[in-house]
Amino acid sequence: MPPGAGWRPLAGSAAGVPTFAYADQSMTAMRAQPAPSGSTSGSTHEAAAIVAEGLIVDYGRVRALDGLSLTVPTASVMGLLGPNGAGKTTTVRVLATLLVPNAGTARVAGIDVLAAPDAVRRVIGLSGQYAAIDEDLTARENLHMVGRLFHLRAGYVRARTEELLERFDLTDAADRTARTYSGGMRRRLDLASSLVAKPTILFLDEPTTGLDPRSRLTMWEVIAGLVADGTTVLLTTQYLEEADSLADRIAVVDQGRVIAEGTPDDLKSRVGGERIEVRVAGADVARTVTALTPLGTAPPTAEDETVSVPVTGGGAVLVEAIRALDSEGVPIAEIHLRRPTLDDVFLSLTGHRAEVETPPAPTRGRRR
Amino acid sequence: MSAATHATGSTDAGARFGGAAPTGAPEVLLRSRAYWAFHDGLVLAVRNVVKISRIPGLLVFGIIQPIMFILLFAFVFGGAIAIPGGGSYREYLVAGIFVQTIAFAGAATSVGLSEDMSKGLVDRFRSLPMARSAVLVGRTLGDLVRGSITVAVMSLTGLLIGWRINDGVLRAVLAYLLLLAFGYALSWIGCYIGLSVSSTEVAQTAGFIWLFPLTFLSNAFVPTQGMPPWLQTIADWNPVSAVVASLRTLFGNPNPFADGSSLPQQYPIAVALCWIALILLIFIPLSVRKYRTVARR
Repeated sequence: MPPGAGWRPLAGSAAGVPTFAYADQSMTAMRAQPAPSGSTSGSTHEAAAIVAEGLIVDYGRVRALDGLSLTVPTASVMGLLGPNGAGKTTTVRVLATLLVPNAGTARVAGIDVLAAPDAVRRVIGLSGQYAAIDEDLTARENLHMVGRLFHLRAGYVRARTEELLERFDLTDAADRTARTYSGGMRRRLDLASSLVAKPTILFLDEPTTGLDPRSRLTMWEVIAGLVADGTTVLLTTQYLEEADSLADRIAVVDQGRVIAEGTPDDLKSRVGGERIEVRVAGADVARTVTALTPLGTAPPTAEDETVSVPVTGGGAVLVEAIRALDSEGVPIAEIHLRRPTLDDVFLSLTGHRAEVETPPAPTRGRRR
Repeated sequence: MSAATHATGSTDAGARFGGAAPTGAPEVLLRSRAYWAFHDGLVLAVRNVVKISRIPGLLVFGIIQPIMFILLFAFVFGGAIAIPGGGSYREYLVAGIFVQTIAFAGAATSVGLSEDMSKGLVDRFRSLPMARSAVLVGRTLGDLVRGSITVAVMSLTGLLIGWRINDGVLRAVLAYLLLLAFGYALSWIGCYIGLSVSSTEVAQTAGFIWLFPLTFLSNAFVPTQGMPPWLQTIADWNPVSAVVASLRTLFGNPNPFADGSSLPQQYPIAVALCWIALILLIFIPLSVRKYRTVARR
C-alpha cells in the first residue's frame, strides 16, 4: 500500500480513543452514487445488483415475507429499514442463499439465487447480526479458514489475510483467540471475514446492533469506505439514523413487504410538513401566533410556551420568521426548523413507531 | 498502528476495496467436486483439532473419565467377575473400555455439532461456496483425532494395570484401526442426533442416552454367557460385542465370546466391518441431508 492509504487512526480523536477512516478516500465520497438506471419499477434490471420479486417465506404459521420485492442498483447502498420481525433478516437470508423462499424469485449479480446458489456465494459477502466468527480461533486463523473454504490460491489467502487484518486494525490482536475480543473487534473481524474474496455485493444484517456509539461510528466509517469503490451494499437496520447516514436509498419494510422506497429525502418529503417551532415567554405566545400566521401553510398551534407552524420553503422561511418576531419585539428563547425524521416517516407510513427492541429469537425455516 | 506499517506494499489500482488493495483479483482454483469435498472437510477438521488445543480442559477430562473407568472396573469388579475359560479380568476388560470410550466419543460429536449449528458461524459456512458435507466431515474427523489421543492414553493406563498386547504389533495395529473406524462410524450417528435435537442442552442428554444400552448390553464388561438367553442373543449381535471380540482376538487377550457358535462369535472381525460399513452407509447420507434442511436453532 502506498503511504497514506489504509485504515488508520484519525488524528485528534478524543482521549486517545482511535477512530478509523479509510484515509485514501475522501470522506465526501462516502456515499456511492446510485447507478443511472436506478429505477425500481422498470422492467430492465441490467444495472441492478439485486432484484427480488414477490418473495414469500413462511415460518410455520407465521408469514415472514409477504410478497416482498426489491431492486438494488449496482454500486449503491440500499438500506432495509424496519422494526424487528418486519422481514429484513429473512430477506437477507434468502438473497444470501441461506433460506429457500416458499415463492418468488431473486437474482443477485444477475444470477438466479434458487437455481445457482453456489455461483451466488462466489460474489457475495455476508456479515450478520451475530458475529459469525470462530471464537476459539485467532483473527488470522478465522480469515485464513474462510479463504481456504472459498477455494482461493494459498498465496492470495495469506496476502489478503494480512491486508484485512491491517485494514481493520486487528494486526496487534491477530494471534489472540477471538474470545478475548471486544464487541467492536468481533464485528470488524466478522466484516473482514466477509471480504476475503472481494465480494461485489455485500449483505450487512444489522451491522451495528449492540455496539456502543463509538464502535458504531467506526463501523459506519468502515462501511462507507467499502462503498466508495463500487461495492453494492444491502444493509438492514432498525436505526433510522444509520439508514439516513449510510444509504442512498431506503426501503421501509413492514410485515414482510416493502411499504415505501426512495432516497432518505424522498421519504421525508413524502411525509411533508416542515415546521418552525419557537419557544417564547408565556406572555408572548399570542403575539407570536399573530406574527407567524402569515408565514404558515396552516394556522400556528400553541402548546405551553412553544408555538409551532407548518411551513414550506426551509431556511428562507426561518429567516422571515425571525425577522417577523424581531419586529414585533418578541424575545426568542429557542427557534428551529424541524424537518421530519425517519421515525416520523415510519409513523406516518405504518401508523406505529419504529420500535427498537431486543433481537428476535432465531427462526426456523427451510434451509439448504 | 504506526504510519510506517502503511508505507510498505504495492498498489493495485484494479483491486476493489478502497482501490488500493495489494492483492489482485481473487483467483479461484478449479478442481473436481470430490476433491473440494475432501479439502473443505479437512480445513474444518484442522479447525476442530486447533480448537481441541485451545480448550485443553475438554480433552483432559475426556481422558480422565476412561482412566477412571479402567481403574474402577479393574479394582472394584475385577475380583467378582470370573472369565469362563480362565484368564485375567484386567486383560479382558481393557478392550471393552476402549470400545466404550470410543463409542461415548460419538456423544461428543452430537454436542460439538449442535454447538456449531447454534452459532452464527454456521451461517458463514452456508454462505460460502464450500462443500455442504464439510461441516460434518470436519466435525467427525476432528473427533477422530481426539478419540485417538484418548485411546493412546488409555493404552498406557491399561499397560500399567497388567493389560498386554500378546499377538504382535501388526495385529495390534489392525485392532486400533478397527477401533477407530468403529468410533468414526458412531460419530456419524452422533452427527445425526446433534442435527436432530433442538439445543445443545438436549444434545448433552440425547447424545449419551443410547450409548448406555449399546455399550452395557454387550460383552464389553462381562461375558455374555451369564445373561438370560434372550438378552444374550441381543448382546451377541450388538455391534459393540463384535468389535470388542475382534480387539480381544487381535490383541491376544482372553476372549470367551469366541466359544459360542453364532455368526458374530465365529467371525467377529467380518461382522464388525459389516456393522461399520452399514452405519456409515446409512448415517452419512442421512446426516448430510439433515444438515441441508435443518434450521438454525
